[in-house]
This record gives sequence, C-alpha cells and structure tokens, in this order.
Amino acid sequence: MKFTLSWLKDHLQTDASIDRLVDAMTMAGLEVEEIHDPAAKLAPFTIARIVSAAKHPNADKLQVCQVETKDGMREIVCGAPNARAGLVTAYAAIGTKIPGSGITLEARPVRGVVSNGMLCSGAELEVDADAEGILELDPGLAVGSPVAEALGLSDPVIDFEVTPNRPDWLGVAGIARDLAAAGLGKFIAKPPPRLKGAFASPIGVATQDESACPLFAARMIRGLKNGPSPAWLQRRLRAIGLRPRNILVDVTNFFSYDRARPLHVYDADKLHGAVRARLGRAGESFAALDGKTYEVTPEMCVIADDARVLGLGGVMGGEYSGCSDATTTVLIESAYFDALRTFQTGRATGINSDARYRNERGIDPQSCVPELDRAAQMILDLCGGEVSEIIVAGRAPAPPAPIVFDPDRVRTLAGMSVKPARVKQILKALGFAAAPEAGSKRLIVTPPTWRRDVEGPADLVEEIARIEGYDKVPAADPPRAEGYRAPPAGVGESRLRIARRALAAMGYLEAVTWSFCERRHAALFGGGADALVLANPISADLDCMRPSALPNLIRAAQKNADRGHGDARLFEAGPAYFGDGEADQARAIAVVWRPAPKRHWRPAPAPDLFDMKRDCLALLESLGAPIASLQHADADQPWQRPGRAGGLRLGPKIIARFGEVHPTTLAGLDAAGPVLAFEILVDALPAPRAKPTRAKPPLEMSDFMPLTRDFAFVVDETVAAGDLVRAAFGAERPLITDVALFDVYRGAGLPAGKKSLAIEVTIEPRERTLTDADIDLIGKKVVAAVVKATGAALRA
Amino acid sequence: MDAAVNATTISATNVEALERDLIARIDASADDAALEAVRVEALGKQGVVSGLMRTLGQMSPDERQVMGPKLNRLRDLVAEAIAVRKAAFAEAALEAKLRAEAVDVTLPAPRAYQGAIHPISRVMEEMALIFGEMGFTLEEGPDIETDFNNFTALNFPEKHPARDMHDTFFFHPGADGARKLLRTHTSPVQVRTMLKQRPPIRMICQGRTYRKDSDATHTPMFHQTEGLVIDEKTTMADLKGVLMAFVKAYFEVDTVEVRFRPHFFPFTEPSAEMDVRCDRSGGQIRIGQGDDWLEILGCGMVHPNVIRNCGLDPEKYQGYAFGMGVDRLAGLKYGMPDLRDYFAADVRWLRHYGFSPYLLPGLAQGIAS
Repeated sequence: MKFTLSWLKDHLQTDASIDRLVDAMTMAGLEVEEIHDPAAKLAPFTIARIVSAAKHPNADKLQVCQVETKDGMREIVCGAPNARAGLVTAYAAIGTKIPGSGITLEARPVRGVVSNGMLCSGAELEVDADAEGILELDPGLAVGSPVAEALGLSDPVIDFEVTPNRPDWLGVAGIARDLAAAGLGKFIAKPPPRLKGAFASPIGVATQDESACPLFAARMIRGLKNGPSPAWLQRRLRAIGLRPRNILVDVTNFFSYDRARPLHVYDADKLHGAVRARLGRAGESFAALDGKTYEVTPEMCVIADDARVLGLGGVMGGEYSGCSDATTTVLIESAYFDALRTFQTGRATGINSDARYRNERGIDPQSCVPELDRAAQMILDLCGGEVSEIIVAGRAPAPPAPIVFDPDRVRTLAGMSVKPARVKQILKALGFAAAPEAGSKRLIVTPPTWRRDVEGPADLVEEIARIEGYDKVPAADPPRAEGYRAPPAGVGESRLRIARRALAAMGYLEAVTWSFCERRHAALFGGGADALVLANPISADLDCMRPSALPNLIRAAQKNADRGHGDARLFEAGPAYFGDGEADQARAIAVVWRPAPKRHWRPAPAPDLFDMKRDCLALLESLGAPIASLQHADADQPWQRPGRAGGLRLGPKIIARFGEVHPTTLAGLDAAGPVLAFEILVDALPAPRAKPTRAKPPLEMSDFMPLTRDFAFVVDETVAAGDLVRAAFGAERPLITDVALFDVYRGAGLPAGKKSLAIEVTIEPRERTLTDADIDLIGKKVVAAVVKATGAALRA
Repeated sequence: MDAAVNATTISATNVEALERDLIARIDASADDAALEAVRVEALGKQGVVSGLMRTLGQMSPDERQVMGPKLNRLRDLVAEAIAVRKAAFAEAALEAKLRAEAVDVTLPAPRAYQGAIHPISRVMEEMALIFGEMGFTLEEGPDIETDFNNFTALNFPEKHPARDMHDTFFFHPGADGARKLLRTHTSPVQVRTMLKQRPPIRMICQGRTYRKDSDATHTPMFHQTEGLVIDEKTTMADLKGVLMAFVKAYFEVDTVEVRFRPHFFPFTEPSAEMDVRCDRSGGQIRIGQGDDWLEILGCGMVHPNVIRNCGLDPEKYQGYAFGMGVDRLAGLKYGMPDLRDYFAADVRWLRHYGFSPYLLPGLAQGIAS
C-alpha cells in the first residue's frame, strides 16, 4: 500500500517529521518497506511546450517539433503520435540519462534531422506504464518548472506492508486513525456530505444473491462533463503509481486509496435495464477493462444488466460499460461483496486489481453509503450535473458483536500494566465504543464496523499493547534449568546427530537435498507411488517425495564430477517417504561414494562394496545396533547391483542396504559409475533398552591367553562366506570370540566350482587353561558346524 | 702368540704387555669373524688368558696374591672390550640396514577424506541446545500433513487470503477427497503436541518446511525452529525474556538490542515480529549493534481459537509461540550468502561452510566453538 505524505496530512493534523511518522507506523504494526522520494530521479526533467509539430521529411511516423524549453527553443524529433502544437510535456536535455531505457541522450541526427533533446513518455520516466505517447500535462504549467512537481511526485511516497487482518489500512484515512491513536497528531474526521437527490434513478439496482453481494448501493449523476482530472488528483494518483484516465475513473481510484472503498462507475447510457448482482452462468463471458475476456462460472458474482455481464463483482469492471470522456450520465456502484467469493474469483481469473485486493480482505460494509455520497459529491464538484436519489439493494451484515473485556487482561496476557483509563482512551481513539459493564470493572467493547478482525479479548489486548508500544512489555528472566530433565531430543533425532558426527569423521560430507525428486527417479529406488506425487510441484523434476536421499546424492555427486570435483563422498541424514500416512516417513541415512581417486605412487585397492560395508557396519555400531546379531540379507531394492550388493537384517527386519548401484539405475539418473552406496533405516533399529542405572555392566576379562586355530574348508562356489563364518562362530559359545576369514582361494588344486575359505578361530578360555584335548574338541565342533551349515569339506 | 709369554715366565710386566696387545687387536678387528678369532685366542679354552688363569693354581700363595687380581682384571678387560666392539659392530650393521631401507618421506601419504556436518544440521542443534537449556523438549512430526494440522487448527479461515501467504504444495486428493499437503511451517507439530499432551507444555520443533516459492531469498524447501509454551499464566513478558536470551546465546553476544513490532499471524494474538540491531555497513551484517534493524522471527500469544481447536480450554490455558527460519539465521551467523547453495550439495561449499564433527556445540564454551 502506497500513499504520500501530503495525502496523509489530509487526514492527520501533525507536525511530526516523516521519520517519526514512519517509525510510529512500524511500531503500530504498519511495517514500512520503503520511503521513496521520486523527485530525485526526475530532477533533470523539466516542463516544455510544443510550439509546432511538422512531419519528418524522411520518416512517416516521426515529427519534427519546435519546443519551448528551459534551454530556449529546441528542435526535437519525436515519434509519439500525440506530439502536437500546444502540448505541455516533459523535456530532457542532451546529456540526460533516461530512467526507463538507461540511455544517455546525445545530439545526433534521426533520419537526417538532429534532435536536440527528447520529449518523454510516462514509461520513459518510470512514472507509469504508458509508452504509447509522451506525457500530457496541465497546459498551465510554467516552461522550465520541474516535471516531478507537475506530476505530484515531489511528495515522499511511503510503501508499507498491509497485513491481511487490516483492510482498513488500505485507505489513507485508516492509517491516519492509527497514527493519531499512537499520539502522532489529530485525526481529521470528515463527515460525509448530505446529498439530496434531484431525481429518482431510472436504472434500478438489485442483488439476487445476498450471500455473494449483501449490499448494493448506487446513485446516478446526469448532465455531467467528464474529462481529465484536475492536477492535484492526477498528481496523487501518479505518485502512487496509478495512471490518471478521466475524472470518473480517477475518483473511484481516489476513494479506493483514500477510504479503502472500491467503487465502480458505469456509463449509464450503455446500460439496458436494471443492474443486478447475481451469480454467473455457465457459458457467459465478458471483456474486462484490462482488455482480456474472461469466462464466467456459477461460483462468481457478476454484475449484469438485461443485455450482458458488465463486470465481476468486486474484482473488475467490463470494457463495454466503462466511462470515457464522452460519458455524460454515470451510475456509481458502491457495494459490499463477500470476501471469500471475491478471493476465489480473483484467484480463478488471475485478476489482481485494487478492488479485489480490498474486497477479498473484507471492507467496511457500513462505508457503502457514506463513501458513495462522498464520491458523488466529488464528481458533482468536478463534472457538474445532478445526482439521483440513492438506491440501495440488500443490507449490510450485522456489525461486530460487543466483547466483554477485563482491562486487567492486558497485564495477564501481555504482561504489561496499562491503567484502565488509558485502555479506554486507546480503544476510543481507534473507533471502539467502550462502556462499563454494570456492577463490574469490565468493559463492554464494541468494535467499529471496519474492524471485523477484532473478535475477542485477546484482539483487544493486542490493540492496547500495540498502541501503548510493545517496547513497554517487560522482559521476564528466562527459566533456569533446575534438577534433572529428560534429554530434549528423542532416540531417532539423537541417532541422526550421532550419524552425522560419525560419517563426517569417516570423511563424508553432509548434504541437505530436496525432500522431493523426479518421479521416474523415485521409481528407480522403489518409490514414485501416486500418493507421493505433488499436484503442484515447483518444477517437473521435483514432483515426487523421495523414497530415499540416494537419487539426489547420486545426481549431486555426478554434478560435482561434471564440475571437475570427482571422488565425492556425500551423505544425508534425513527423511525418506514411503507413503503419505503418519508412520510412512522414516529417518534414513543415505551415503554415496562415487570413487574417482587420483593415481597414487602407492596404489590402493579400488574402492568397492566392502568399503561401503565397513563404513555401514561402523556406523551401525556407533548407532548402538547389535552388530553381533546382524544377518545378511539379499539385495531387495532395484538400485542394488545384482551380485554386488546386499542388506543387513535383524530378524526379518532390513535395517541397512549396501553395495554398488545398478548400472541401469545410474543410467536413469544420467550418472556415470561406479557408484557405491549404503543406506541405514534408523527407525528400524531397536530402541536402546531402558536401564535402571547409568552404570555399565561389570567388565569380564579372562585371565587366560586367547589362542587361535586355523581351518581351511572347500565349499561350493555358491556357499556364502558369511554363512560359514557364522557357523564357525556359533560352534562353541562363548569360548569362540572371533572368526576371521583370511583367505579365499580358487584354482589349482581345487575342482571346478569349488573354492577354499580359510578362517582363523580365536578361542578365549574363561575358567581354566584349555587342554589339548579341549582344543581338539572345539576344533571338531567347528568343523562339524561348518560342514553341517555349508556342506564343506575340511581342506587336506 | 708371543712365545715369551707363558705360564712359567709370567710377570706383571708381561700381563700388561699382553693386555695392550689383546686390546689393540680387538680394536683393530674388522668384523665379527676377526673379533671372534681374537676372543678364541684370548678367552677360549686354549686361549692365552685362560691358560694364564690356569697357572694360578700352581703359584705360591704370595704369587697368587699378586697375580690373581691382575689376571682377573686382564680377563674382564678383554671380555668387556670384545663386548663393546661387538655392540659397535651390531650398531653399525643396524645403521647400515636402516640407511639402506630409507625412503623419501616427502612422498605424499595416501589420501584421508575430510568430512563435514552441514550448517543447517549444526544450527538446528545449536538452537535445540539453547532452548533445551531453558527447559524446552524437542517434538517431532511428519512433513506430509493434513489441512487441519497445517491450517485449520491454527486459525487459518477456510480459503482465506491468509492461506495465500503460504504457497502450499498439495498432493492429489485421496479416496476420501481430502488432500494432504507438505507442511508450510512446523506449527503442525505444535498442534500435535497440544492434542496429545496436557499442559504445562514447553516444546520446540524443528525440521523441513515447504512453500512453493523459488527466488534469491526463497527455496521451495527450508527449515524452521518453532517453540510453544502453554500453561495457565505465561505472558508476553516471558516470551520476550526467552527470545532475548535465545538471541544472545545464538549470536554469542553479551547484549543485543531487540525490538518487538506488532504483526499479524492467524495463530497468535497479540502477534509480533522481533527485530535485532544490526550493522549493514561494509557489506556484511553484524548482529547486536549498529543503527539498523533486522527481522529475525515471528511470535505472539497463542490465539484462543488455536488452543480451543487443539482440545484445550482457552479460558484456562494460555501461552506463547514463536517461529524462526533456520536457513536465514544460519546464513546470518555463519556467513552463507545465498540460500540456494544450501541444497546444491556442491562439495566445495560443503567443505567450506561445513563443520568439523569434533567441534560440539556447547553453551559453556560458546555455542560455536
């Protein structure tokens, strides 16, 4: 919302400086975004008068003008169709930089005629959007005087953010009222004129749907003479970025900003029968003032006469019945439209008009009649003519209900002490009526009709606190920790924090990537279900919730490689989405390594899935997972490369997956491989057992030397080494404390389809030194267990 | 062996000559083999020193008194000289071996990868720590939410323009016609907490939030930290105190001037935005001092309708709520200039702006150390 300082002073008697006013606005909740002094930019531009305009000898669309300027008579070539003798307009001397184009003027021939300056359009000066012709200014202006002043742009413009709860701030009078309440001056109340109708309007108005348009008031003025608005009105509108058109239109725009009261004017000679507010009908359409044609739907409130749809109620009027300089009879509409319907119509059509902006926020319904009269009076003053009696259809909704209010609530809710008398004073200044409740200290407070946002005591507390100043609210000491408190974060969140530290310590970089990805990428990772596809994604490649962070990380690794930074080790500890239900969001840790190590004088083995498995297990251990109970699981995700990937499970529950990424998956992600990855489903890990004490269980240390024995087995190629190790490990518990697989051999000495696996078994005596016989027995148990589990033969 | 030296002609002079001779030969021996030869000649069973030792038995007690110590000393001296020489050989041999095995230590070591924690994670942990110290628990909720939890419960009127402020991502309607959405703020977690816990409630929530917006200062996904206190007597003064303490702890400044400005949120009444003093001169923002203001968060007293919508009695319970953008506050503290870089996973950015896993945030030593 923009307004100028001088406009504010129409409604606020004040000596306060602009800085103080702006500060008071901000502290009262009107957050000032910008103060703009337009005179600065327009300083080089002065008023000039075209003395004569002749056709350019070498160009049809150009004219050669003799112009009276501050620099004397100048010959200027001008392409504007409206350049003509007698026109008063804006002049830029040679050397001036034009704001709209950024070009600095030089004296150079245009088709053979030197132009000694330039005559400017509104667009070139950035004062409006009109690039069609040069500015047409008041012929009474003195040549050489500043254009900024002529355009009313010497007045500082204040732009501030209007919060959606305060449509009354969309009028300058409403702003003045709050500033007066805040002590910045005196609000200048201006009672509306008492208009006496000279005739009964021959055109009636009606509202056929009181839910869409509860109130429709109008007056007709006939015998008027429309034309350009007076300079003061043009200046005001230009200052806030509106383009003056003619008096009738300008008056409606004026009241939209002056009183937050949208109005509409119809050229009454173009109307056929009564003007009605009604719901639209399928198949109807209308040509709006913005030059576009809109389809009407039954959800929209339209204004129509017998012949056509004239406009979208509260949103935008139509071209057909619009007022022009030729208009002599006008019907002025002042209506109250349902805010929600206005919002929906605005949204459906995409029209962003000043009328929509106000009506959808809910204007003061009680202002329909007084502001109609005020506008009618201004038209009479400027255009002459005579006004009809008022015609009103429907009725205004009930005013806001009174609120029982205990002034002490200011203390108990806002924590500030404000005397009851001051409470009443503030409420009164804001237009509230406050009467004492009989037999109590409470007040019966009735909000003004323009404050429909105020519904209860909390709203009143805000009004008082806001005007008194939030800076008067004391700051209480924050509470200090006392005694024991449960840890603030839950297990899942704590585990993510541990995972971040552990992985960063292992040399992985934490990334945070979008929760969404491209649907076809999600499908590569087992996702892409309909329920997780966004109806309105920000872009087509971010249209689906990710089933894993892996696709995002793999693509990020590829992008890094494309930039020349290969060998990326990335992880993300965040959400994965398996469905749209409450429990379908999981905490997951995704880790990606796209190895591209540089050549090294001491070559290391190429990174492979076992590097991933190592890191995965190390991380699981950091997270408190019971490592000894983990079992291998087959690869079960489409991204896992067959034969080079697997999973880890606890019982039937998969808790982690690791391995090489499937080449087909990589191709789908436009990524080159190999890429190694693992993923841990944090929520699948068992919660730590609640313990009665922080003390750790006693350490059991054997006094006896551990000893080792080696075994080599010949097994089928298909036997999983993990099964063999597991069998050996379980052969004699708890004496066997470790089984290390130290050799895998295929080839000479072994039949085809067989391999040899060699293990070193660590035996830790617990109660006594083991005899040779004891150790032989354990060895036999190991062999028996392995043979049973894998069909192995002890290698000779 | 010198023929003059024999058992029968032994004398003190001879012993000294023998000692000189043997020591000289030990010192002159070139290697272990030569040394061993000297040892055998001197100390071996047939060696000259051993032979002399044997003559002691045939000497008169007086002679023995004189010659005994001399011969014993000779034997010890020779043995020690041999040991010293032997050790020198061993040392030289080891030295030669080590010299032979020397490598160029300036050759590069294998690469160790340096990891880092993302600033967003870091900052969320810092925030949780500060509020945790003030007695707030950390609550969680899903990103995919219902319209009720995200809007209706929070006093957003149906289809009101206020909902327009939140450009919401929606999913396709389900079988029941209801469409889920991506939460536009973490406030649904406040709703969930009020629905399941009885006051007093003192919680924060953190996480991913989404709005359909993408430009230099907006990303379609961002992060928030919000807080909620509900009891029977908490006022705006308590809110102010907690937020001022937070700002000081977070920005690690002793004093910070703050300003509370009235604002509008559907879910709070009264509502405020909080500004902190800052200095924008010199291209960088410094927090805590200066002549400018910077808006950092929104807050207010929880709207009675919200309390009611969450199953509590607004006549009995009241409290405050606040919410802040993590991404922006992270940038303000740690100097990340462009929000869009946060989510690009560029390893150069992650290394530069990321945090060592060993620098744990803690209140005692300064939150960022």
